Amino acid sequence: MVASRTVSTPSPTVSPAEAKSRLLETLLGFDDVETCADRALEWLGSHARVVSALCTLVEAEPARLVGVAAYRVPGPLVQSFSVSLEAPDNVFGRALAASGPTKLSLRPELSPLFDGAEVYGFPLPANGANGSHEPVGLLFLTLATGASAEVIAWAASALGRRAQQLRMLRVLRDAERRLVHERTRVYTLVNAVPDPILLTDTEGRLLLANARAEALFAAAEGQSEGRSRAVALNNMLLSAALAQRVIDASPAARRELPLVDPIDGSDRLYELFSTPVQNPEGSVVSVLRNVTDLQHATLELEENYRKLRQAEVEVRTERDRLTLIIDSVADPILVTSPAGAIVHMNEPAERLFTLRHGATAQEIQRVRANDAHFSSHISNLFVSTSGLRWHGEVGLVDPPSGRPVPVEAFSGKVLSPRGDVTAIVTILHDRTEAIERTRLNQQLERARDELEHKVREATAELLRQKELLERQNLELEQASALKSQFLANMSHEFRTPLNAILGYTNMLLQDVYGVLAEPQARSLSRVDSNARHLLTIINDILDISRIEAGRMPVRATSFRLPELIREVMAELEPLVARSKLTVRTRFAPKKLPAVRSDRAKVKQIVLNLLTNAIKFTPSGSVTVVTTYRPASERITIDVIDTGIGIASQDQDRVFDDFRQVDNSPTREYGGAGLGLSICRRLATVLGGDLSLVSQPGAGSTFTLALPRRPKRRR
Amino acid sequence: MKAHSKSSVAPDPPLVLVVDDFEDNRAMYAEYLRFAGLRVAEARNGAEAVDKATRLAPSVIVMDLSLPVMDGWEATRRLKADARTRAIPVIALTGHALEGHSKSAKEAGCQSFLAKPCLPEELLKEVNIMLHPARPGSARRRR
Repeated sequence: MVASRTVSTPSPTVSPAEAKSRLLETLLGFDDVETCADRALEWLGSHARVVSALCTLVEAEPARLVGVAAYRVPGPLVQSFSVSLEAPDNVFGRALAASGPTKLSLRPELSPLFDGAEVYGFPLPANGANGSHEPVGLLFLTLATGASAEVIAWAASALGRRAQQLRMLRVLRDAERRLVHERTRVYTLVNAVPDPILLTDTEGRLLLANARAEALFAAAEGQSEGRSRAVALNNMLLSAALAQRVIDASPAARRELPLVDPIDGSDRLYELFSTPVQNPEGSVVSVLRNVTDLQHATLELEENYRKLRQAEVEVRTERDRLTLIIDSVADPILVTSPAGAIVHMNEPAERLFTLRHGATAQEIQRVRANDAHFSSHISNLFVSTSGLRWHGEVGLVDPPSGRPVPVEAFSGKVLSPRGDVTAIVTILHDRTEAIERTRLNQQLERARDELEHKVREATAELLRQKELLERQNLELEQASALKSQFLANMSHEFRTPLNAILGYTNMLLQDVYGVLAEPQARSLSRVDSNARHLLTIINDILDISRIEAGRMPVRATSFRLPELIREVMAELEPLVARSKLTVRTRFAPKKLPAVRSDRAKVKQIVLNLLTNAIKFTPSGSVTVVTTYRPASERITIDVIDTGIGIASQDQDRVFDDFRQVDNSPTREYGGAGLGLSICRRLATVLGGDLSLVSQPGAGSTFTLALPRRPKRRR
Repeated sequence: MKAHSKSSVAPDPPLVLVVDDFEDNRAMYAEYLRFAGLRVAEARNGAEAVDKATRLAPSVIVMDLSLPVMDGWEATRRLKADARTRAIPVIALTGHALEGHSKSAKEAGCQSFLAKPCLPEELLKEVNIMLHPARPGSARRRR
């Protein structure tokens, strides 16, 4: 034995029996074989005079001994210790199979560990529950003197049993782990199946179900009442279906099973495949396949097809209508694909972009040119703008006639719901008319300008004319004044010799130069009468020239008409006496208000009218009626005669200058014919007027109308 | 001129100065006034009229207004300005019928105004009125 080794002395307080029980406790306290071996070797070192030790365990395939624990042996060597048991007549195999210790001298595998000391091999007997006595391992020990083989063998068997136990345990655990793993895989597999799968016993009770099936048939904690009812109903329906299978006795019956979806309460249709499992329990595997969707799909497919047909009809109708509408638009409309091909166009567009049958080369060229211009316009929609619309002017040509068709083109992208461009719609608006209108407008504008220019010129001309007229007017006024002055002078020049004629005639008639013979007196009377007539004419001319020159003064005084008329009557007394007329005067009302006017002029008019009346009335009467009309504040003096009268065509002319109805030189009645003309002018100067009512042969009525007082001028 | 001898028969017939540049009229009026028994002196223009009026101191002056050398208005004004001739009545006589002549004549100092043609007898009537202003109503009639 190796005495040189220091061996720990067992504590004197522990008895050998107690030490053994402690080792057993220790071994039971650890689940892994390495720790158990470690503790066992320590125990041997303490209680069995073992100097150093290596514990190896048998491993299968390849059969070998592997180191698991060591006592006073260099650790790293233990980890890598492995000797084969394959070789026949192996020394370690024999030691292992031996019922007691084997002396293993000078083995090369052991010498590095035990430093060349004598090594004994102690097998670790199994003595397991399953009756196997195959040793589980081999202890390699070096011993101090006095080591007890008996104690060592006990400890070895204790460790061997424990190792055997732990190995069994490990095998069991591995198996269990594998089982769990397998189960999980099966479950995963089953759950991965989209169809509900269930395993039921002969009574129809649920043994196993995948997640899908559980959703249908397993009640969950705290779920809603509706769901519980749905699950209960499903179980009932399933049991009925499975029972039916038993009755039908068909091995793999296939039937439809309507169920309720516990989650949303919707009806589901399943196809049920049930297959009995060949095991003693007689369980049944059922696979449900959801055919709800299939059924729905079928129905939907039919429905969709019907809808599609209807939609197609509708689309066709719509399209026909659209085409009708588009064709009815006078402006060309084109629908192009995103690639630029014309998909649809109306009739006006066809005229521009399609070739007629038998088109000439020129027409073909024009259509192509139109096409090119149009395409160029369309490209703007993609190149020049990111927007949906584009409009521009395009110069097209009417292919048959070659007439230019300037158009304004409006294009818009048609988008699908996803936003892709599906088509481009373009409307071309003919601008020929607009251009023509603009041209006409410009012409109109020009014409207007010209007109304005002409109006300006005309206005200027008018101004010139007006100035000229004013100048002429001034000249005329001056001329008129000159004329009046001339007439005044003339009248003076007439009067002076006339004064002498009248004067000397008068003197002769007065017998200033002796008594005249009767023929001489008669002749002188004629000279006198003619001289007086000449004077009247001169005075009349003077009056007219004064009135025309506006130099006839009006001297208004207040007077009474009856008095004035009496005066006139008195002056005409000789004339009346010579005639055979009845001359009357009448006043209405009897008492007339005073009149404010130019007395001399009124008298002149009345005198003139009355003289005329007497002169032109061979027989009958002359009546002067003076009337005051309070409403109009006017006085009228009517001079009514029963004379020769005046024809209607002459009635206006009697008021003209130098006018007598009978213009012949041998006329019956004298006078220059200025009387009525002057009377009318004077009446106007006084703010009144002179009028005439007459019938040839029935007499005349001259009416002088005058305001009672002069009107105020503004 | 021959009437002078006749007038000398009467004690002292009034002298009438007839002023007119137109000889026929002047002679006519002179003849008639002499025929009526008055003395007559004649003047052909205003200056002569003033001279003769001052020298002869006539009872009435018949003054035509449109006169050469000095017109009737100026002559009247001078006569009226002279103390020796101021009292002599002046009858203005004009062929101008234009407005303003009679007014301006009265302003110049004429007592009366007659428009031509004026018959010799009318003039005589006016002269008599001037010679006998006391006769009631006579002076007013022509105003």
